[in-house]
Formats: sequence, C-alpha cells, structure tokens
Amino acid sequence: MSARDAVDWPADIHAALSEAGLRQIAYVPDAGHARLIRLCAADAKMRMVPLTTEEEGVALAAGAWLGGERAVLLMQSSGVGNCINMLGMMEACRFPLLMIVTMRGEFGEFNPWQVPMGRATPGVLEQANVIVHRASEAASVGAVVAGAARLAFSSYQSVAVLLSQRLVGAKSFQK
Amino acid sequence: MSRANSLDRRAVTRTLLAERGDLLVVAGLGAPAWDATAAGDHDLTFPLWGGMGGAAMIGLGLAIAQPERPVLVLTGDGELLMGLGSLATLGLQRPANLAVVVLDNEHYGETGMQETATAHGVDLAAIARACGFTLSETITAMEGVEALRPRLHAKQGPLFAQIKIAADSPAVVLPPRDGGLLKSRFRAALLGPEAALA
Repeated sequence: MSARDAVDWPADIHAALSEAGLRQIAYVPDAGHARLIRLCAADAKMRMVPLTTEEEGVALAAGAWLGGERAVLLMQSSGVGNCINMLGMMEACRFPLLMIVTMRGEFGEFNPWQVPMGRATPGVLEQANVIVHRASEAASVGAVVAGAARLAFSSYQSVAVLLSQRLVGAKSFQK
Repeated sequence: MSRANSLDRRAVTRTLLAERGDLLVVAGLGAPAWDATAAGDHDLTFPLWGGMGGAAMIGLGLAIAQPERPVLVLTGDGELLMGLGSLATLGLQRPANLAVVVLDNEHYGETGMQETATAHGVDLAAIARACGFTLSETITAMEGVEALRPRLHAKQGPLFAQIKIAADSPAVVLPPRDGGLLKSRFRAALLGPEAALA
C-alpha cells in the first residue's frame, strides 16, 4: 500500500455519515462505493436500501425527511442523469438531499460509454441547482462529506459530493 | 376499457381515508392528489405536484422513519408505471406499515386520457405479488374498498391494491402548491414544533 492509499477514505465517509445521523443508506452499487456499502451494512444504526434506479433514492430521501430521518444516496456518475426530474421536487419543497457520487468517465477511464455522462455530471447537477463539492484527495474526503452533510441538512439544500476517479481508482477488467 | 372499471374515484378515496386516525398519506401526482384533497385537506397528507414515479419511494422513506405509523401511498396507474422498479425495492424492504393503493383508470387523466399499459393487460397487482408484497389484490367493487380500509391500519403489510375506477374527471380540488409549506406542515404535525429546529 502506497502512502497515498494509506488514508482509509471510505471509513472516513462512514464516520462522517454516522456523526451526521444518517440513517437510511440508499444506493445503486458502484465498485468505488463497495467498501463504504460494507461499512454501512455492518452499522446497526444504518438501514440499507438498495435501489433499482437512482431517482428512487431521491424520493426516498424526501420521505425520510418527512418522517424525521436523514437519508444519503450513493451512486456513480452515470446515475446522476437518472435523478434530474426528481431533483426538482427537492428544490420545490426545500428538502435536504445528500448525494455521494463516484466519478466515471474521467481520469483513466477505459469505457467510452462512461465518458459523456461523467463529463456532464458536474454541469448537469449545477443546472439542477444542486451544490457540488469535489473530493480528490484521500485525506480530505471525510471533511468534505461532513461539510456537505451539514450544508444539506442544516440549510435544506441538495448537495452532491463528487469523488474523483483519480481518488477512487480507474476500473479495470484486466484484474 | 374493461367493464370492471366502474368505481367512483372520489367515493373510493373518501372510503379509504375515513376515520384515518394516525394514517400518514402520500398522494401521487395528478388526480389522486386532487382526490385526497377532496376527501379533506390534511396536514398529514403530502400531495405531489411533481416527482412523477416517486410516490411509492416517498412512502418507503416515511414508513422506515415512522415504523409505528401506518403509511398509505395513494397514486395512479400512470404514476406507478413510471416508477415500477420501486415495487422491487419495496418488496425487498417489506415495511409492514406501508400500503400502496393504485387508483387504476387505465389512462393518463391529466394529459388527455391516453391509455396506460394497464388498459392492455399489464397487471400491477400481479407484479406487486411477484415482488413479495404480503397481500396484493385487484378490487372492482366498493365492498372490496370497504374491506381494505381497516387493513391500511393493521401494519401487516406491505400491502398492494389496484382499484379499478372509472375513467372520468371529477372537478379538480387543489391542495396547496407550495412544496415548502406542504413539507413543513407535515413535519410539524408529525414531529411537533421542534421539527422546525432540526
């Protein structure tokens, strides 16, 4: 393990989510989220909600907030495109929303079909009035997620944390 | 349209929401939201003006957060068809306190009465059954609606019901349009005034 990898950033995200009282963990799996998903699933205070498509998680977060709980949505960048119309509901109602997005289609991408949505992801989110934070350095990921959670739930905003592909690691089928 | 589609949507909704007690309601985009409002605007009804396809998932988030309260998602066939995958998501979670009731007129009523897939044999109740809902039925008579009402409160779900209603358009009865108001009044009624400080 190199020095750059020494920071266990998925554990830092889990700690930030735990500290912020996140209870419903909605996700469409991504390899980059695999360790975080395992950590959350092992946390008795967290309820895992696997989705068939990402916009389900946006709606789930609205219902959770109506009921007094906090939800987070984990997905990869390709899933952002699936969420757009549902994001309008969050703005119209001033629901808080925290999304953690692993990026595809950027640093080291080998699948050309991932590139269009990956490149569009930050702009599409901003066009939908989502506040976008970028986390590229392992050491700062936990702090970025903690700040995003506070912004989302204390200021009633939709906030996305984009985890750079350089941080997550480019997927390889060569193993 | 099949001959079974004859129930009056307003009578169905009034019956389901009678003596609602501690029932929490999510009313799907379009006519189900007007129906719920016609039955009586209520702080603990969240009517949707958008987010098509999301009603069942809003209900799930709410049902997980409030396991002691019965939750009813009252929506339309077109709205549910847009979020059909959510039935699989709900089937996996199996919240005992959640009921999804579809007012099925086999048409997109807000956009010119175009037919939906249920007009051509797509069986939503069978899909819900296959997804693991504890009880899933198709209701074509008011007796069935009256029998369903107490089961909404029994917390032995998740329940699914597809109620075959007539494809007419009763007078629109609008809930408030301000989403922030709808959200805040729901939370205050459910969680108390301290919800505004959360």
